[in-house]
Amino acid sequence: MNVIVEREKGLLELEQRIGDLKALSEQHPEASFAAEIRALEEKYASLQREIFGNLTAWQKVHMARHPMRPRATAFIAALDEFVELHGDRAFRDDPAVIGGIGRLEGRRILVLAQQKGRDTKENVRRNFGMVHPEGYRKGLRLMRLAEKFSLPIVTYIDTSGADPGIGAEERGQSEAIAQCILQLTRVRVPVLAAVIGEGGSGGALAFGVADRIIMLEHSIFSIASPEGCAAILWKDAGKAEEAATRLKLTGSDLKGLGIVDHIVAEPLGGAHRDVDATVTSLLREQASSLDALAMLPLERLLQERYAKYRRIGSWQSQSDRMVRGAT
Amino acid sequence: MPSVADWLRGRKRQIERREPGLWVKCPGCSETLYRKDLELNLLVCGRCGHHFRMPAADRIVSLIDGEFHEIAADLEPRDPLQWTDVKTYPQKLAADREKSGAVEAVIAGFGSMGGIEIGLAVMDFFFRGGTMGAVVGEKIALLFEESARRRVPAIVCTASGGARMEEGLVALMQMAKTSAALTRLQDARLPYICVLTDPTTGGVSASFAFDADVIVAEPKAVVGFAGRRVIEQTIRQRLPDDFQTAEFLIEHGHVDLIVDRHQLKAQLVQVLSMLLPGTGAGVPA
Repeated sequence: MNVIVEREKGLLELEQRIGDLKALSEQHPEASFAAEIRALEEKYASLQREIFGNLTAWQKVHMARHPMRPRATAFIAALDEFVELHGDRAFRDDPAVIGGIGRLEGRRILVLAQQKGRDTKENVRRNFGMVHPEGYRKGLRLMRLAEKFSLPIVTYIDTSGADPGIGAEERGQSEAIAQCILQLTRVRVPVLAAVIGEGGSGGALAFGVADRIIMLEHSIFSIASPEGCAAILWKDAGKAEEAATRLKLTGSDLKGLGIVDHIVAEPLGGAHRDVDATVTSLLREQASSLDALAMLPLERLLQERYAKYRRIGSWQSQSDRMVRGAT
Repeated sequence: MPSVADWLRGRKRQIERREPGLWVKCPGCSETLYRKDLELNLLVCGRCGHHFRMPAADRIVSLIDGEFHEIAADLEPRDPLQWTDVKTYPQKLAADREKSGAVEAVIAGFGSMGGIEIGLAVMDFFFRGGTMGAVVGEKIALLFEESARRRVPAIVCTASGGARMEEGLVALMQMAKTSAALTRLQDARLPYICVLTDPTTGGVSASFAFDADVIVAEPKAVVGFAGRRVIEQTIRQRLPDDFQTAEFLIEHGHVDLIVDRHQLKAQLVQVLSMLLPGTGAGVPA
């Protein structure tokens, strides 16, 4: 049960009533429904503010998983042009990963995206966005292509996690993810990651090591799903809401921890309420981030990427009581 | 830096405190084993060959010739998320320190193995399940960087449940930190060997563990990305007993060698001696 979908029901009812009244007033121009319509619209706006004005971590988890949330394909469709490139050249083409070359507002890029489905049929095909080793190996192949042809890498992150199944283990899920992470730490082109929905664990990080990380306002990025964390720590997946709060998985939390660079605001009610506006805002931020990264000489870019990851995580030393590190 | 003798004495005493009792039951064959015999046999059951999980300090003693110079020994985690559940994160750390005798889930340092200078990090499953937080990430990263600087190969023995929940995304990002540091060793064209020990999963297996030039596993060690319980819940069926074992991994092409603990040092020395140009060291008997 998605808590956002539940909360939206009242809004959708109001929307329906406002729509009906407007239709009615067009049919009967002599009767004035203006006052009723205005009252309903005010009620709608206040309900919207009440529901979405201050989302909790748990509500953001559900917003990130909203069935209508724009998928990577929505952003890819808005590129100037895009050619999808398929397959890992070894086993199969993983539909949970979309990769290809494209142009973002005139800039040549290589796209790597985790893709969930919109309906049951597409979700089955895309494995609910859970990537198999061959999907990561397709990514790895395309990272090398990007390096060879000096294409900045733009990634879209939206997965609950890497596929946890028998086939994935047989084909080396750990190795596939490890190689992607390693490659992104050293790839000699700019890397720009955008978390657009769920950023779940190592399976998300495989495409998430980047010079700059952007998060949509109501997306999440977490060491584990709240359910998984609760199951691991407390053997009780029912405590997921508590885990969601403690994990500090929202964009603002992670910006505070120095891991995320930019938050892109979503329309009131979430990205799915105005997909075009969301797509436009993210692409604009991506374009300006790419321009900023392109200004840096390559060696400096790589040094800064190294230093950034080298700094994450602080510790204290017993002997000198010094505290080091950024977060 | 504390002297090596002091370091070992301190660690040993704490290990003894962790598992009291003269007798240990073997999980492999149910034989009751005399503790001292088991320890003399590198924690391997003399009857069935079951490899017990090994505390980091014991592993170091079993691999290093003489002196071991530990680095970053006194790093302690901070509490980036201000984590509290039943206990606070600092309370959990203190309890594990008391119980395991370890300061953190990895020990890193430098020494000589069969006459070859190496950097060595050994993870300790007895401290918070060997999980990787900022301190583990930092020590592994320092090991790679410092090995590159000293121009010596690096060996990491893994044992880990993955990234440490209580440090949240900061812990997950240690996968990237350790990988970035590893590139320094790769660029210096120095060998990195990973020894997978029971168990190695999650954020450790999916980062520096499977990035090694040569990957060795101990017999029957459980190694995988997702935990067994998670997979069984996902597919709603029981997994075969050998799933995610070292034997399963070698059959599917994911590790180079399975090596019995008694042969581990000799095998590592032999591999290094061939990977390193100009190493005259032979294989010790």
